[in-house]
Amino acid sequence: MFGWSDLVTALPEIIVLSMACLVLLVGLVLKPEKDGLLVSLTMLTLVFAALVTLRDHLGAEAFVAREAFNGAFVRDTFGDVLKLFMYMVMAAVVVFAKQYLRNRSLFKGEYFSLALFALVGMMVMVSGNNLVTLYLGLELLALSSYALVAFDRNHLKATEAAVKYFVLGALASGMLLYGLSMVYGAAGSLQLQNIAQAAATQPDARLLILGLVFVLVGVAFKLGAAPFHMWVPDVYTGAPTATTALIASAPKLAAFGLAVRLLGEGLGPLQIHWQSMVAILAVLSIVIGNLFAIQQTNIKRLFAYSTISHIGFMLLGFVGGADGFAAAMFYIITYALMAAGGFGLLIVLSGKGVEVENIEDLKGLNQRNGWLAFLMLLIIASMAGFPPLVGFVSKLWVLKAALDAGYLGLTIIAVIFAVIGAFYYLRVIKVMYFDDAQTDEAIVASVDARFFLNVLAIAQLALVLLTPMLLDVCSSAIAAL
Amino acid sequence: MISDWIPVVLFYAFAGVLLASALAVITVRNSVYAALLLVLAFFSAAALWMLLEAEFLAITLVLVYVGAVMVLFLFVVMMLDVKSREKHALGGYGKVAIAVAVAMLLEMVMLFAGKLAAGLPETSLTRHAADYSNVRALAEELFTRYVFPFELAAVLLLVAIVAAILLTLRRRPDFKHLDPARQIAVKASDRMRVIKMPAEPQSSGDDK
Repeated sequence: MFGWSDLVTALPEIIVLSMACLVLLVGLVLKPEKDGLLVSLTMLTLVFAALVTLRDHLGAEAFVAREAFNGAFVRDTFGDVLKLFMYMVMAAVVVFAKQYLRNRSLFKGEYFSLALFALVGMMVMVSGNNLVTLYLGLELLALSSYALVAFDRNHLKATEAAVKYFVLGALASGMLLYGLSMVYGAAGSLQLQNIAQAAATQPDARLLILGLVFVLVGVAFKLGAAPFHMWVPDVYTGAPTATTALIASAPKLAAFGLAVRLLGEGLGPLQIHWQSMVAILAVLSIVIGNLFAIQQTNIKRLFAYSTISHIGFMLLGFVGGADGFAAAMFYIITYALMAAGGFGLLIVLSGKGVEVENIEDLKGLNQRNGWLAFLMLLIIASMAGFPPLVGFVSKLWVLKAALDAGYLGLTIIAVIFAVIGAFYYLRVIKVMYFDDAQTDEAIVASVDARFFLNVLAIAQLALVLLTPMLLDVCSSAIAAL
Repeated sequence: MISDWIPVVLFYAFAGVLLASALAVITVRNSVYAALLLVLAFFSAAALWMLLEAEFLAITLVLVYVGAVMVLFLFVVMMLDVKSREKHALGGYGKVAIAVAVAMLLEMVMLFAGKLAAGLPETSLTRHAADYSNVRALAEELFTRYVFPFELAAVLLLVAIVAAILLTLRRRPDFKHLDPARQIAVKASDRMRVIKMPAEPQSSGDDK
């Protein structure tokens, strides 16, 4: 049975879900000239959901994690921290998408509705407390993402990317589900806590380990970690840039949440078994991501390979126990902000009839708009991990966690490839600052898009000062799991 | 006791048919045969569920997968008119695929031979009385214990509908269509207009 307290616990999800339906309906009856209302509604949803999520943490009494719906759902600090950053990133993405979609006459209510449905999926992924809930959250996110990638259905490349994404995503879901079913069979329960118990009492159960392997493959696929990364470059390149920004940012937070719930919480006692597999995934992602990024001329493809290497760095944290999880959480949060900012800039630069796709399109950005070039510089330098930006700090913490866990070789490889990776980021900066502009067309960006770009880029500097605080939040969130 | 043996024999019979038909699905050349063999596989799986006393799931599998999904599948296969390939159905990768499959099978056997059963929790099927309602038990679980996942699954279906309509509905500006609301709201006076006019001379209609 479920009652009022269950509904109150899941209030943020319920708000976002109801508003997704409302946006869908409003989008159908709204006159085209008043469609700005859809964006306002979406933003309102995000703000309201953020307030409701925050409310319990700001009250007089200390926040206690609580389960709802017979343990299918859990509201804890870990989930709430990730959710708050998801709202923020989604708000930025929605604002960036507005102008992009208008310029290509793709502006429809369904875009915002599907984005909100995807957000519900992500929220469930970080708050699910049993296998079925987590899987359904993942599917909700995936299904919405497929539709968003194919949003420009007359665009051949986008459709192709969507089909690839769909087929490979379905395969990965099948793998994950197969693994989950074996874990269920071995543990005899869907609840993460019971699975952890069963895993602790029989850490060498072969069925559990076989299930673990499939679960890991499924999660790695959704994260886009090598060698399960094949879909990332094609989907990032083919999708409309507004959708790329969406699938490249907030879902990474959700996939991280899913990985922590499944590997850390449920199968945590099997860490000796998955540690080495995750280490292999991390090394392969860092190596493949950085090496392949060097030869890219398409900037979306370059960002895609850079995502793969960033996921590798994030996975590096997983080998380092609780401190490692906290470092990985810090890493993925800062990365989601970088990715939203990076793709946001590409969206803003892609005006009416102009599609910024190649690195050459950024030529002389400094001459055209010095401030935007500076913001791009901040984001790209942060991705590369140059001090004093937050990308450097987050890399430092995951490397430290891996080093503390005794993975010296792994850390050395990661550092070497981080330096190699700096090359292609520097090339983008060189093109922006030292090449001559090919057009002197003015860059039009709405006030709200500018606002979010500034926030995301300045955050790369500001978060360095806030690192101790944010890292503290991450540590306590992980500790409370 | 012979009655103890009947379920076991049935299980192996249906499981055998299931495996054989599943294997045939991916090896036959003709895609219509493949679709029909998949129907057989679903049926055998439904029979296995029936043996586990999960009648509702068995019937749903037949209704949904055989009745709806596979019919749709057959429609698509027949409409697309896919020519059956001259080569083997597995194509150029046949040998590699078989080698990988055999290697995986051997690995699994080596890993699990005799040791798999040790890791499994002891379970036995509880037999219920004849008036036990499977549907009722399922519904009670779905709407109480699993209400949250159940609602999420409903949202998933909603998203599927929205996505399908979004990607296929095309509104062309020159598209001629009926508006049922206007059809219903029409009055007799809108349809026929009685006008007064002088009678035409007879001669104009004569010459045909």
